[in-house]
Amino acid sequence: MVSHAPVHLSVEDLTIAYDGKTAISGINLEIRKNEIFGIIGPAGSGKTSFLRILNRMDANVNNMSWTGSVSYNGTDLRTWRNLYALRRKVGVVFPLPVGLPMSIYENVAFSPRIRGIKNKAEIDDIVERCLTRAALWDEVKDRLDALGSLLSGGQQQRLTIARALSQEPDLLLLDEFSIAVDPVTTMRIEDVLKELKSELTIVLVTNLVQQCRRLADRTAFFLSGECVEVGDTEDFFTGTVKDQRTRDYVEGRFG
Amino acid sequence: MSMFAATALNRKNATKQAWISRAFGAMTISLVIPVVLVMGTLIHRGAPSLSWAFLTEDPTGGMTAGGIFPALFGTVCIVIVALLASVPVGVAAAIYLSEYAPDNVFTRIINLAIINLAGVPSIVHALFGVGAFVLFMDFGTSILAASLTLAVMTLPVVIVSTRESLVAVPQAYRDACLSMGATKWQTIWRVVLPNAISGILTGIILEVSRTAGETAPIMFTGAAFFLPFLPQSVYDQTMAMSLHLFVVATQVPNVPESLPYGVALILVGMVLVMNSVSIGFRVYLRGKRKW
Repeated sequence: MVSHAPVHLSVEDLTIAYDGKTAISGINLEIRKNEIFGIIGPAGSGKTSFLRILNRMDANVNNMSWTGSVSYNGTDLRTWRNLYALRRKVGVVFPLPVGLPMSIYENVAFSPRIRGIKNKAEIDDIVERCLTRAALWDEVKDRLDALGSLLSGGQQQRLTIARALSQEPDLLLLDEFSIAVDPVTTMRIEDVLKELKSELTIVLVTNLVQQCRRLADRTAFFLSGECVEVGDTEDFFTGTVKDQRTRDYVEGRFG
Repeated sequence: MSMFAATALNRKNATKQAWISRAFGAMTISLVIPVVLVMGTLIHRGAPSLSWAFLTEDPTGGMTAGGIFPALFGTVCIVIVALLASVPVGVAAAIYLSEYAPDNVFTRIINLAIINLAGVPSIVHALFGVGAFVLFMDFGTSILAASLTLAVMTLPVVIVSTRESLVAVPQAYRDACLSMGATKWQTIWRVVLPNAISGILTGIILEVSRTAGETAPIMFTGAAFFLPFLPQSVYDQTMAMSLHLFVVATQVPNVPESLPYGVALILVGMVLVMNSVSIGFRVYLRGKRKW
């Protein structure tokens, strides 16, 4: 197990509120380097709000506020002045694939470009490498100039993964990535994620309990803004959970 | 009786539906009638006065003969200067209002002010222009003063249409872009603006039409009754199509009947040409982005 890997993210007493209405209350957990950390829980349990703090997108949401502390490789996120640099280290994949309205090539070249890379050969190289790692290269290598939104849903989601990888992140946040993707593509993406684990840390928010079981090393169960339980994923499915609510959710009795 | 047979209610609804369709269709067609009549009259009565000389020569014989070149040239100048003044300001203001401004009382007051500015009658703008540009800023009656007056008048059109087209760009694009570490300006420049460009151009097209056609705001600020030579700089007065039309139609005796119609036809044609150029540019941009 990876249980002795160094800590990547340490979350202490995190509380998130929108207009003073609490979305997450007092969460404590640690996410370790090179693990897939699963977060499961019903809709409205605060999973997406939690992700938003990890790359400080809360700074772009007017009514969002938070207390507590989150440290990233030992640095408190609140003291991180250059949010742009932070966000470049954190790749995000949204529930519905958000292909930027530009070509396949430009979607993946976007992040290198905003980092200031101008050399065409270097960008070509990044585009090919990221699309290959996202298991999309073979399908699109002949039409890189086609509009990203012309791809199928599953291809678009792999495109957004390639785009996230083009940031050369060390943390990848996936927010219910398979919601609009067919089962076969979902499996391909899951294989990609398992490979990526050796290079970066992955936080996987999912509605699919079985997906979490397949991928996550450790899992947290969120319910109504509370983190009910954190532990090795295997424990969640072998009945050694401590909380009855976790057992009910995992076994499909509610949610 | 089959379960799919029409009941009395079905038949009544079908009849109503047919009548509504006819009535709305008739109203739509009635919209076209004035356009056809106006254009038909202009072409029918104005065509005799059209010629290449009409476009390229100065008016002669106390404006009862000759061409309209100084007015044509003047209107083009006024429109260009007005666009140069209002488009940068309008687009920048719209970007600020849509992308940067916090949603507070101050922003709402500004938005309200813009809408009210759009409702101010053009004659009031004209008097404002005299006070602000001709007298206070001492531009005199000049192209500059006339163009700035028109720019102020058409700013709300540019701001509102730009803001609407920015707002129409899905928030998800902005979020995806920002979460990649792009700055707000990188997001706006690379993702938001390219997707809003056709809406922005639509606003500018509307502005061009209004700028070329308005008479009152330029009458006291820069357009001359008769000026048989071309302006040398933006500080000069100029003739303009809209005012020239007013003059030959109402102020000058013994004008041949076809002359005012010819001027009107050229004015309308000019606006159509400017619009076509903008539309062509829009189509080109859209094709380039395949969006």
